[in-house]
Amino acid sequence: MIEPWYPAVLILVILVCLALVRLFLGPTAADRAVALDTVSTLSVAALILLGVAYQQIIFIDVAIVYALLSFVSTLYIAKYLGGEL
Amino acid sequence: MIPFVLTFLLALFIYLLLTAGSGGLGFWSPSELVAGVALSLLTAAVARNLLCRSRDLRMANPIRLLLIPVYILGPFLLEVTKANLDVAYRVITGKIRPGIIRVQSGLKTDLGIFMLANSITLTPGTITVDIDEKSHDLYIHNINVPRGWESRPQVQDKELFSMANLPAWIRRIAE
Amino acid sequence: MIADILVLACLSVGLFFNTLGIVGLLRFPDVYTRMHATTKMTTFGSVFTALSVIIYGAAQFLGTGDGQYITLSLHTLIAAIALAFTNAVGSHAIARGAHKAGIKPVPAVVDRLEEYTP
Repeated sequence: MIEPWYPAVLILVILVCLALVRLFLGPTAADRAVALDTVSTLSVAALILLGVAYQQIIFIDVAIVYALLSFVSTLYIAKYLGGEL
Repeated sequence: MIPFVLTFLLALFIYLLLTAGSGGLGFWSPSELVAGVALSLLTAAVARNLLCRSRDLRMANPIRLLLIPVYILGPFLLEVTKANLDVAYRVITGKIRPGIIRVQSGLKTDLGIFMLANSITLTPGTITVDIDEKSHDLYIHNINVPRGWESRPQVQDKELFSMANLPAWIRRIAE
Repeated sequence: MIADILVLACLSVGLFFNTLGIVGLLRFPDVYTRMHATTKMTTFGSVFTALSVIIYGAAQFLGTGDGQYITLSLHTLIAAIALAFTNAVGSHAIARGAHKAGIKPVPAVVDRLEEYTP
């Protein structure tokens, strides 16, 4: 079987760079928070694919923990934006 | 006592799911089983009042728990696919007509509101923005408000979904 | 063989929806419409890339009988479920915070939340 994982990871990394454009441009803080959330989601997908490519299951455990931690940070950024913190 | 047992079972289930494939007895090795039971007991002792806060044990019914995967794999997946194709069309063509509308939902429990709000966020071109805590109405941002909806004070929840009646499923699961 | 085709199909669908999500993030006019693109399409695309890994792991387990592939599939399944839940709740939180911070939906035909006072 041909290995499709490395090209897919390359495409995901290019997408992360495009999302970083919105992170730098974003006119308001909420735009930047949305872009950061997107970067975390794409990083989790890329970590899962890298875990298969390297045959290392620990990468996927890292992906689970990263998804949950970025969720907590997103919640705190949202609370800060709404002025409840 | 019942919250303790439920938290213990949930923690043990997640631990066994995360360590499946370590060999030995079936899928698990004996040392993993012992460590899982000990850690689940510890977790249940610490967190028993956080999981079952409302003293409402309706969701401990196994039929309701089994309905959740059926709901996610059946009507919810259908609606998610349709919503993604719709948003893909709007990304490519740029035809949008956004607005925030008010949706009336007859749900009463917190879990029902939670499931409906998350289903709305993931499915039909809509995002839940805020919730009226008293009347349990939802304020949702719609990327394409249909003609005529901007003059109505509120719409019913099942008018949002075109292919499957998701609010009826949620009412069956959570209420 | 069928598993290879399924893996490639799921991976292509996932990358296609991820790309469209980023295009929407760069193209749409205000924060709420950008959130539509990222929340729905990036979640759907990432879950589909995870689904391709799950199919790959299941096919390798059936072919070789090695226990680590079933571990791979189960962990990826847990990661996909965590991703779907956290993205939905997190985007709702950002939308609520943005509206409380006074960011108006700029092209909007109606804004019922503005009239609401708790």
